[in-house]
Amino acid sequence: MRILVVEDDKDVASFVVKGLREAGHVVEHANNGRDGLFLAATENFDAIVLDRMLPGGVDGLRILETLRAQNNHTPALFLSALAQVDDKVKGLKAGGDDYMTKPFAFAELLARVEALTRRGKSDAPVTKLQVADLEMDLLSRTVRRAGQKIDLQPREFRLLEFLMRHSGQVVTRTMLLEGVWDYHFDPQTNVIDVHVSRLRQKVDKPFPASLIHTVRNAGYMLQLEEP
Amino acid sequence: MSGSGPRLLRPRFFRSAGFRFGLFYAGLFSLSAAALAGFLWWSTAGLLQRQTTDSLGQDGDSLVEIYFQAGLPGVVAAIKDRIAGNVDDDSLYILTDPNMKVLAGNVNAWPPEWPMDQEWGRLQVQRDGLNVDVQVRAFDLPGGLHVMVGRDVSVRQQLGRLMEEALLWAAAIAIVLGTVGALVVRGVFRSTIADVAATARAIGGGDLTRRVHVYGQDDEFDLLAMTINDMLDRIGHLMEGVKQVSNAIAHDLRTPIARARTRLEDAAIHAKDEADLRAAVERAMADLDGVVGVFQALLRISEIEAGARRSHFADVDLSEVLNSLAELYEAVAEERGIAMSADIAENLHLMGDRDMLQQAVANLLDNALKFSPAGGKIGIRAWREAGQAGIEISDNGPGIPEAERARATERFFRGETARSTPGSGLGLALVQAVAQLHGGDVVLGDAMPGLRATLMLPAISEAILPPSSPALLRSEAA
Repeated sequence: MRILVVEDDKDVASFVVKGLREAGHVVEHANNGRDGLFLAATENFDAIVLDRMLPGGVDGLRILETLRAQNNHTPALFLSALAQVDDKVKGLKAGGDDYMTKPFAFAELLARVEALTRRGKSDAPVTKLQVADLEMDLLSRTVRRAGQKIDLQPREFRLLEFLMRHSGQVVTRTMLLEGVWDYHFDPQTNVIDVHVSRLRQKVDKPFPASLIHTVRNAGYMLQLEEP
Repeated sequence: MSGSGPRLLRPRFFRSAGFRFGLFYAGLFSLSAAALAGFLWWSTAGLLQRQTTDSLGQDGDSLVEIYFQAGLPGVVAAIKDRIAGNVDDDSLYILTDPNMKVLAGNVNAWPPEWPMDQEWGRLQVQRDGLNVDVQVRAFDLPGGLHVMVGRDVSVRQQLGRLMEEALLWAAAIAIVLGTVGALVVRGVFRSTIADVAATARAIGGGDLTRRVHVYGQDDEFDLLAMTINDMLDRIGHLMEGVKQVSNAIAHDLRTPIARARTRLEDAAIHAKDEADLRAAVERAMADLDGVVGVFQALLRISEIEAGARRSHFADVDLSEVLNSLAELYEAVAEERGIAMSADIAENLHLMGDRDMLQQAVANLLDNALKFSPAGGKIGIRAWREAGQAGIEISDNGPGIPEAERARATERFFRGETARSTPGSGLGLALVQAVAQLHGGDVVLGDAMPGLRATLMLPAISEAILPPSSPALLRSEAA
């Protein structure tokens, strides 16, 4: 993936750029708003990581508003120290696809950036999801594994659906909370782990191969191979 | 008042609001005194004047009448009669023929200075060696006869002078009294304002204990003083809160930061291999994440308390929110061997912030789970009651002793029973902030044993609700 990082803080920028490159992405970096806007408007990227407050007279919101006004729909994730709910709302209104506050864990950023690009691709309505021998029919709302029907509660269904849509990608607990439950806070209790473990009981336990894997310090990943 | 004060205490005369009020007061006082004097004048001296004019008019008219009834002799007789009957000797009568020869009257000659075509006027007449002011009316009778009737008005003029003198005195007294009054008004103004100013200055200087003096008169100044004092109490309370919070931040955040620092330093000195280093770094990161979490919670609370979220209020289906949270936490409870029961009334709606309500209830559930022993019980109840929605989360953990309940919703407060458990002491503070944001309140009670936290929030009445629609679950999918 080709990712543009617009970030003026040297330490944060080098940390993010290094991490994304290690994860196998091609990364361009701009350390001010003007260059960031120029790069974003003239070259093709699969995703943009954008700071809100930038030197150069053009801040992150302006960059994204300008891009969106030019019909450029490159997925963008705000990475900002502005952490109030209103700030997030502003970021999403300006055309942002996701919003993360600093300080952040890199695993979370990576997972979210990779999830962004997937979101951009799946424009056509999907009616069936399949990972290895696990099949999900979104219309009849049924799940089968190796041809065997699995009974799921509605919430378990949505949890599995989210994991399947992001198969092969790391999905963090926060992403699950936001994506499956629409919760925007961090519970102090390991609620997500418990729900994932329940899902495993039904989806993985009766079968020889596990599909839902725990990724240490990050979250979960659904795929056939061990990550 | 000391002379070293700022402008407020030593006002330039005309710029002083006290002086302007004083001046206004004196002006108003003088004006009312003048109005009173004018009325007195009009009703005494003026009345006499009008009476004289009336009597001269009638006197003259009756002579004309007599002339037409009884001719010249009648008039002469009538004049003589009237002169004779005039006991006070304050009347003047002259009747002359066309050659100005006096036919009857009590003066020797027609006053030569009198213009013949004038009817009403004043004359100075010599009588008994005295100059007397007389108001006269002169008119002609047929046959060239001239008549003049008059009344001595010197008494009236004396009265007028007396009145003038009295009014002058009254004016002087009014000015003196007005000035004194003005000075008093200004003094009251100055002392009150000086007190307020001195208090404000002391507060500005950092002495938050100073208050404006209340005189107990229950007047406007007292009202002002009490309003200011109330405001100062509130500011003091807030300052106290800020002080407490910053102390707590300094203390509570120092600990994890110090711990992280120690781990890192220890690892830098003693780590034998990379695995040691990594472990130390990861634990330090976890400590710092805890610090960040505390900051986020603080930011959240102050954001809620600022009330800015009210503009995002929308209809929230509380029943759906609670059912969803119950479902989320029920799995955790079950795993820990805790029985969770939910009794949630249907179709509870309120105007609010969905995210904040979710977080508040989640905090209460987090707490309940944290403090419940294995084999414990947690109950979620929600009901409608007199226009309010009640939400109750109860557990059978150690609860909060009654003495600590009032303070349990303060930021960073951690009760005796909670000290040994992990946590920031911000959970209930956030619940309280969310409750207040929604115009409600949170009450902590005893579930015997355990804690019973009750949120009472203003609900939307059932009557105006739209027909219930299935809750739309937002899908993350594209």
